[in-house]
Amino acid sequence: MWIGRQAVRRYQFIEHTADIGLVAYGQTLEEAFANAAYGMFSIIAELKTVRDTTSRRLEINEVDTEGLLFEWLNRLLYFFDVEMLLFRKFDISELDENHMVAVCSGEKYDPARHKLKTGVKSATYHLLKVDREKNQIRVIFDI
Amino acid sequence: MTRWSGTIEKVDEYRWRIPRSYRAGMRVPGLIYADRDMLEHILTEQVAEQVANVAHLPGIVGHSLAMPDIHWGYGFPIGGVAAMRIKDGVISPGGVGFDINCGVRLLRTNLTGDEIIPRIKELIDTLYENVPSGLGSKGKIRLRPGEIDQVLVKGSRWAVEKGFGRPEDLETTEESGEMAAADPGRVSSRAKERGVPQLGTLGSGNHFLEVAVVDRIYEADTARAMGIDREGQVMLLVHCGSRGLGHQTADDYIKQMVTAMQKYGIQVPDRQLACSPVESPEGQAYLAAMRCAANYAWANRQCITHWVREAFCRVLDVSETDAGLELVYDVAHNIAKIEEHTVNSHREKLCVHRKGATRAFPAGHSDVPRKYALIGQPILIPGDMGRLSYILVGTEQAMRETFGSTCHGAGRIQSRTAAKRHIKGRDVLNTLKARGITVRTGNLSGLAEEAPEAYKDVTSVVNVTHNAGISRIVARTRPIGVIKG
Repeated sequence: MWIGRQAVRRYQFIEHTADIGLVAYGQTLEEAFANAAYGMFSIIAELKTVRDTTSRRLEINEVDTEGLLFEWLNRLLYFFDVEMLLFRKFDISELDENHMVAVCSGEKYDPARHKLKTGVKSATYHLLKVDREKNQIRVIFDI
Repeated sequence: MTRWSGTIEKVDEYRWRIPRSYRAGMRVPGLIYADRDMLEHILTEQVAEQVANVAHLPGIVGHSLAMPDIHWGYGFPIGGVAAMRIKDGVISPGGVGFDINCGVRLLRTNLTGDEIIPRIKELIDTLYENVPSGLGSKGKIRLRPGEIDQVLVKGSRWAVEKGFGRPEDLETTEESGEMAAADPGRVSSRAKERGVPQLGTLGSGNHFLEVAVVDRIYEADTARAMGIDREGQVMLLVHCGSRGLGHQTADDYIKQMVTAMQKYGIQVPDRQLACSPVESPEGQAYLAAMRCAANYAWANRQCITHWVREAFCRVLDVSETDAGLELVYDVAHNIAKIEEHTVNSHREKLCVHRKGATRAFPAGHSDVPRKYALIGQPILIPGDMGRLSYILVGTEQAMRETFGSTCHGAGRIQSRTAAKRHIKGRDVLNTLKARGITVRTGNLSGLAEEAPEAYKDVTSVVNVTHNAGISRIVARTRPIGVIKG
């Protein structure tokens, strides 16, 4: 749903009994990838109070775009586990069939200012879909 | 959600078959353990389709099985059991799940509810401080560089050698808490990096620590063999898994197998079922890595056990000997094992996937601890946090029908988002309080997701396994205090 150039909906949660899924939208596939990542971090934490003070550059190579999406989201979860980084901004500079480069910004979790919500164990391949025509993706998380 | 419109046939009151003819490509029929009411609910989601999907996997024998706590998972159903021949079958990381060796352990005590209820708040607070829990919590254990490999090889034994627990704890842990043929060289550095800071943490989601009392004993002699002597006796339950180390290991190998499937010419109806031949390099590498993650989870529960004992003795001012606090048993409910079973009257080595299912070996089986040789392997089935939990034992019937497996818990009936929409964390807290249950959690909204209403009634779940004969109910406990991760 788009009004002018203003996105009214970046992603939408979908129901799944044990877990949470989301559909992410974009004017480009890069934007949909970024919105999926934002949606995932919005499951983990309240992002309003997260600032962009730290960034990490990611370069990912996989066999196909679905593989890239799976690895992209799981790599971000790795940063959360190891460095406690909450990301809220995702600049994807390259994205093709099997290669992507992104710079993600956010900050380290600070219990005084940040509210954590629900842990995400992993993005799954179940019902995972990348629609290149609509620039729309679907992913189910294991919670 | 659309109702599943596939073919299902009634076998008897507790068994429902999805025939091979339902879909081309099914190598075996599906078999769902459920009563009529449960089946009605099961058919409201697409979980039966997932049971049928698993039946497509190469080398699967018997049935693609679903326990009564089955619910819609990703790829494999949660509550699913699938056994594949070693010689021409596959292993699938999705058939184990992301939380490798998520499991449950039960401790018994010499105390009664009356003795601890006056101090329950203090006890729960102390347990909460002593056992790191919740999203973003860090463990108290500082590993030396490279020491994680020792954890991955030795599992519970590593913890006991470090002073976390008693040597006899190992005897009453599935696999003695140390799966053989675990190779840390098969675990990625990312997985190890995630595992190091999280060792000795409960985690979040549906993981918990529960103080309970024995509510009812069904089989007195069997219960006594487990040290469960009387109603009102205080027990402790711990439910957690392998944390980020397990999640990353699953990610790594699912990706690897998606690629490897092309090489082996395997096609699956859902990528999350990605698999490789058990005996292929990819299959063997996953098994070696999965065993490491399983050992990590056992070490994790072992460390937590130690801190639970510490907290108990401190608050109640008793010695460990007086308190008891012996480990009754520890089960894994997300795991793949190489086991020998009888298939078409032949003994055969199989790779048994249990995803949200518990091993249920009978009396006399060589993998059951000597202590339980006459009663069978204890099975621990936690309910949701407001209701009962059950202790069962394995049976011969389970060996004949389910590759020695049974259910693992209550099973969700409501999605997390739906639960949060209808239920407030604060209300859950108050309801539990009214039932005499003290709760500590760092996350109120998480409490709503795990509200009792979001789950099936565990009593009806274990009744199905009992009535179908794949395990026997021995006793049940009722919570008085809960720490929710």
